[in-house]
Amino acid sequence: MTEHLKMDQVQPHLLDETGQGVLSVPMPRPEGPLKVTGRAPYAAEYKAEGMATGVMVRAAITKGTYAVDTASVEDMPGYLGVFTDKMVRNAAQGTMGTNPAQMGDKILYLGQPIAVVVAETFEQARDIAAVLKVDYTEDDDAVCDFDGVSDWPDSDKPDQGDLDQAMSDATFTVDSMYTTKPHNSAAMEPHAALAEWDGDKLTLHGSLQMLGYNRDEVADSLGIDAKNVRLLAPYVGGGFGSKLGMSPDCVGAAVAAKALGRPVRVVLSRNNVFEMIVLRTATRQRLRLAADKDGKLLGLGQENWQSNLPDEPMAEPVDLATHFLYGGENRRYGQHVAILNRPASGSVRAPGEAVGMLALENAMDELAEKSGIDPIELRLRNIPEKHPETGVQYSARSLAEALTEGAKAFGWDKRQKAGTRREGEWYIGMGVASAARTNILMESRANVTLNPDGTALVQTDMTDIGTGTYAILGQIAAEMLGLDPQKVTVELGDTDLPKSSGSGGSWGAASAGSSVFLGAKAIRRKLAERLGCEVEALRLQDGVATGGNNRRPLAELMDAPITEEGHIEPGQTDEDYHQAGYGAHFAEVAVNAVTGEVRVRRMLAAMAAGRILNRQTATSQVWGGQIWGIGTALTEAIEHDPRTGHVVNNDLAEYHVPVNLDVGDLEVMFIEERDDASSPIQAKGIGELGLSGAGAAVTNAIYNACGVRVYDYPATPDRIFPHLP
Amino acid sequence: MKSFEYVRASGIADAQDTAGRIIAGGTNLIDLMKHQIETPPRLVDVTRLDMTEIEQSAHSLRIGALVTNSDLAAHDTVRRDYPVLSRALLAGASGQLRNKATTGGNLLQRTRCPYFYDTTQPCNKRVPGSGCPAKEGINRILAVLGTSPHCIATHPSDMAVAMRALDARVEIESPNRGTEMLTLDEMYVLPGDDPSKETVLEAGDLITAVHLPQPPKGKQTYRKVRDRSSYAFALVSVAGIVDVEDGKITEAALAFGGLAPRPWRDGTVEDVLVGEAPSDALFDKAADVLLQDAQGFGENDFKIPLARRTLKAVLAELTGVTQ
Repeated sequence: MTEHLKMDQVQPHLLDETGQGVLSVPMPRPEGPLKVTGRAPYAAEYKAEGMATGVMVRAAITKGTYAVDTASVEDMPGYLGVFTDKMVRNAAQGTMGTNPAQMGDKILYLGQPIAVVVAETFEQARDIAAVLKVDYTEDDDAVCDFDGVSDWPDSDKPDQGDLDQAMSDATFTVDSMYTTKPHNSAAMEPHAALAEWDGDKLTLHGSLQMLGYNRDEVADSLGIDAKNVRLLAPYVGGGFGSKLGMSPDCVGAAVAAKALGRPVRVVLSRNNVFEMIVLRTATRQRLRLAADKDGKLLGLGQENWQSNLPDEPMAEPVDLATHFLYGGENRRYGQHVAILNRPASGSVRAPGEAVGMLALENAMDELAEKSGIDPIELRLRNIPEKHPETGVQYSARSLAEALTEGAKAFGWDKRQKAGTRREGEWYIGMGVASAARTNILMESRANVTLNPDGTALVQTDMTDIGTGTYAILGQIAAEMLGLDPQKVTVELGDTDLPKSSGSGGSWGAASAGSSVFLGAKAIRRKLAERLGCEVEALRLQDGVATGGNNRRPLAELMDAPITEEGHIEPGQTDEDYHQAGYGAHFAEVAVNAVTGEVRVRRMLAAMAAGRILNRQTATSQVWGGQIWGIGTALTEAIEHDPRTGHVVNNDLAEYHVPVNLDVGDLEVMFIEERDDASSPIQAKGIGELGLSGAGAAVTNAIYNACGVRVYDYPATPDRIFPHLP
Repeated sequence: MKSFEYVRASGIADAQDTAGRIIAGGTNLIDLMKHQIETPPRLVDVTRLDMTEIEQSAHSLRIGALVTNSDLAAHDTVRRDYPVLSRALLAGASGQLRNKATTGGNLLQRTRCPYFYDTTQPCNKRVPGSGCPAKEGINRILAVLGTSPHCIATHPSDMAVAMRALDARVEIESPNRGTEMLTLDEMYVLPGDDPSKETVLEAGDLITAVHLPQPPKGKQTYRKVRDRSSYAFALVSVAGIVDVEDGKITEAALAFGGLAPRPWRDGTVEDVLVGEAPSDALFDKAADVLLQDAQGFGENDFKIPLARRTLKAVLAELTGVTQ
């Protein structure tokens, strides 16, 4: 049976009434020991009988056409074939469910996958790929330089009110340009696929975040029925958006395996990941704020410029949080997307907020400085009662609590005037920024099985990309069924299991979690019937059911396993309420007075994301956000050669994610909250919330430390020291 | 990866293999081979040779070529008498790499210019005569001193910068020339017309040790400016050894990383300092001399003022002058 809920109205807090007490508390991830001992296999670690190995060939020109000369390599040791059929240009965008662009013989960026070379061994395939003769015909009209774009397309975003008028009426204004460089997701595990055919049926081990969509993308790319595709991704070594959509290795492996009649494995090199998988676009952003004498916003504007390849249905939603975070009647947005011959732009860690909140929250800091109002007080004064553009009411919104309680815990009252605190060669400063991330509930299904011996099984095609899915789904089932979480087995990452929301957009925990909740709820109803009590009176704890005047061990109520499917769908609460997670980030930094090097001493995040399902994995998620915040603020930048679009720093030695030493003390606190509109488990997304605004807290702290305002990210030493005395 | 032969040298004569490429820690060479930037037909593994000792004599410290960067940095004598070297080593790479990387291999690591690493791109160092896209491209981390029209790559080592300041000499066993002792300036060649040639070493030459002279007088430090706190190459680094007596600088040795195709030392900078009373104005004069021929290529222009600031801070620290 299926327990179905369309989220049309707020739901009771059942999880506050169950008594097992295993939810919300810290619990280590159950698969942790498998991962740290190398027993949790990732896609590239599977082997199949008779498996051959493929290596992707990358385009060596920026724009034009190509033909491979297979005769040039046919005699090489281990050669099995070179395949160009159905090659996709780049990874699919998230939730597309259709094939990414398939270019035939056309090349639109340097590094585009143009063929897969297959040999008996990886080393042989790599050697063949290196010497394969490719005949190129180069076009001379490639456009690669973001800074050189002059004819930007117009924006069609409508204005609200009159921002120009508000700017001239205002007592205090900010009008600043910010730039951010492109980013890479930098997941530890590179994308990989092992494809095996059995007649018309394809089984593919992949490194993917959203198997339901990915199955459709693989099928569409290959021109086959999705029913004939089974995807497996039980363990995924980080995604951060880069695995939302099917990656080119999947198609390369499947095409080659079909042609050769044997399994083929394709693992992307780190360099490939920097080119064939979507990157976050560079952005240029103009931020305007108009405020009255009390710092109250009369208007705000956020216009952005970015780039992509042609026919990519995704633009960085730079202003996503700006629409609803602060008030102000007059509002203007703009989005201009240039077409450039560089790798495709797509989702990378908190698309939108990761860069949009840098500019917005830096501008708020500028406004605080100009108006002489404390940055926290300024933000508090601009929290609107309802959505400033749609007029829709907010669901749970603990922004004020996050700012004030976070400030207290951080010691914000010790913050001094900009440029006045110095320790030896170091300027010291503190910064704050708000955090906001739209909450999304997605359709999701899961099977929950309760066995008479007091064990349970959760099954869904949901993925765990390092986020803690195994832990929280087990905890939800255990809490609902009155079991020790160790007695619950969670099976994930297989499209033969019920279709889930997938991991992305921070919606996985609440969506997949709600499906498990509903499946378990249906089991509770059955148990109540068997016990002879109202389900409201049922209490399940430690394998014993209590209700009415009865108390029975589960085994006495069951002679066979009970399996129920839970099925959640978004509904009317999505229209009736504007839902988002909120928070506040605080940072204390030291800026070297000689070199401009920045060291983050400590950060604190106060996060409000509804019910926290597992304090340990949620904290870990927020740490990740804080660290990416340090990366976006200080170190991360993809450099494209302006002449060729070539990703120059295409590895993790030269693309600088923060190292341990870059990360000071990280503190995370949660604001106690239930979001009734979000889902029947009252939880909201947490992962991307941890990043939203985090980098701005760091750069605002840089300003407070040394008086240098960062407009061009990242704030490497060369962007700081020239402005120091 | 091209197929290659692997042989393990059991004596120095085995290692002097003109057709082979010597491998020790492999922290750079293996990357280069994976990318097919280098495709040696034969690897000669020298790690079983007896070159792992640090030997102290009255006049010098002899560091075996196979001493790892971690062991060298932690060595008591090095920490006490040559702290500039210990600091430079610990500022380099990451803990894991330092555990593998050797003294000899560190000296011979190759540039991190990104165009050198991508075989779809031209590079005069990798493919002589193909051109240098870095000069007008992404060159933020590249050189401002000692460049040529054909190459603006930097030498990536931190260790070698400290050794240059310490007047280290490299002991080389050459099948043709016998035992040689070269200073780093004698060993490294500037790019000139052929950036593919980085040292005077010839096929079959083996670095067996590095000799440090008696500990210098005065204070020592190594300061590295970089984009992140660890596992990042120097934007600018300064190895400084300065002695002050009776209010005057009596000895000075300064070497620079991140600025040039080899660890950079310019005696005229030291000449400005020696015999003078330390002062902010004097340090500026030294920086003027160091940077008078410096040439930026756009993105790396900042290195010139950054080198000035860093040099001045190092001199202030070593002489006790407050800036």
